[in-house]
Amino acid sequence: MTSSALALADVLAVEESSGDGFQAPGLSEFYPEPIAEFSLLGVDFSITRITLILWIATLAMLAFMVAASRRPQIVPGKLQFVGESGYSLVRDGIARDVVGPKGLPFAPFLAALFFFILANNLMSIVPFAQISPMSKFAFPLVLALICWVIYIYIGIREQGAGRYFKDILFLPGVPKPMYVLVTPIEILQNFVVRPFTLAVRLFANMFAGHMLLVVFALGAVYLFSRDNFSIVFGPVSALMMIVMTFFELLVIFLQAYVFTVLMGTYLNGSIEAEH
Amino acid sequence: MRILAAESANPLLPPLGEIIIGLIAFAVVLFVFFRFVAPRFEQVFRARREAIEGGMERAEAMQAEAKAALEQYRAQLAEARTEAAQIRDQARAEGQQILEELRAQAQEESARIVARGEEQLAANRQSVVNQLRGEIGALAVDLAGRVVGESLEDEARRRGTVDRFLDQLDGMSAGGASDGRTGSTVFVPGTDR
Repeated sequence: MTSSALALADVLAVEESSGDGFQAPGLSEFYPEPIAEFSLLGVDFSITRITLILWIATLAMLAFMVAASRRPQIVPGKLQFVGESGYSLVRDGIARDVVGPKGLPFAPFLAALFFFILANNLMSIVPFAQISPMSKFAFPLVLALICWVIYIYIGIREQGAGRYFKDILFLPGVPKPMYVLVTPIEILQNFVVRPFTLAVRLFANMFAGHMLLVVFALGAVYLFSRDNFSIVFGPVSALMMIVMTFFELLVIFLQAYVFTVLMGTYLNGSIEAEH
Repeated sequence: MRILAAESANPLLPPLGEIIIGLIAFAVVLFVFFRFVAPRFEQVFRARREAIEGGMERAEAMQAEAKAALEQYRAQLAEARTEAAQIRDQARAEGQQILEELRAQAQEESARIVARGEEQLAANRQSVVNQLRGEIGALAVDLAGRVVGESLEDEARRRGTVDRFLDQLDGMSAGGASDGRTGSTVFVPGTDR
């Protein structure tokens, strides 16, 4: 049973016992019961709904991209056209235009990032899954940390360690006394805030999106099961759920794109000396 | 138990297991993208760019070729035209020349024919005159002898008189010819008699 379904059972149970009203879904949404308990070296690798969704989304996306790029033609077929358009969006729109002239080698990495996030985000509105693995902080965090390592490594490789760290510590073109203020901010910005905001932005969007949908969905069910005025508000809640689903679709694409574009700008900063 | 797990969890403190699963999943994605997806798309992008550039180059080459062919054709046409005009002029000049040559030749020929005719006529006339002179002399002497009744043949002196007569006759005929045809000795019946 899905955790949302359990919450639904809770809602209905409350209705039957005519207790103290609507019980909002909580954090338990994101901690579903493991399907299979499994741990290795003391680390819990239990297979849950969410990890299952992660693998389904990832493998489906990979299957699609591999099918789209298999035996590519100069005049693309429908499948190739769709895959190619998506790949070109990242390759041309981000790797070439945001990262810069040296950005094309990063296109596969950025495309992998984009499509991985997109596929997993999409699971938040796919029926029966309806929760994005990206609403578990671990997955955005992994991606953000990988990005963090890569853009620092690229900065050192392209500019040399001394130059790269010097430019971050002592931002060129700033009056000397201002370093007291600017240097701590720059250090914080480059080594802590960037990866943290990358991870949190994606996580929080998907987390909140899921909560919104669940609240409206359960609210609609709860209100439909009550008498009096709630018959008016039930359809409103259901309508809101549909509206929020479309909004969620927007957020899904936007967050995948924003994550990738930001990584592109960080890479750009690492490749090209700022001043 | 479910509630307990949820309440005790902090959503910003991810379990290590999930981090590792995330790493593995993303590693798989990276591998597939670097190994399969990106090279094939890059390959098709390259092929497409080459096809477009190659097509443009081919079109340019063909255009240049067509232009060259047109130029060549025009040059050949102009050459042929001047050549034709030359040939025409030459033919006309040659025709003119041939015509003049022929005309000159014909004139020469006709002049030659006329001259020969005149020559022959003069020779004939001379021979006729000579013959007649002899015959007339003989006849006249013969006639005179018969009239006189004696032979005058052996009288050389008398010969001179015949010749003198004949010369007179010649002079008369020449004078008569200059006078015109009407004064000739041609017999016209019924008018003069």
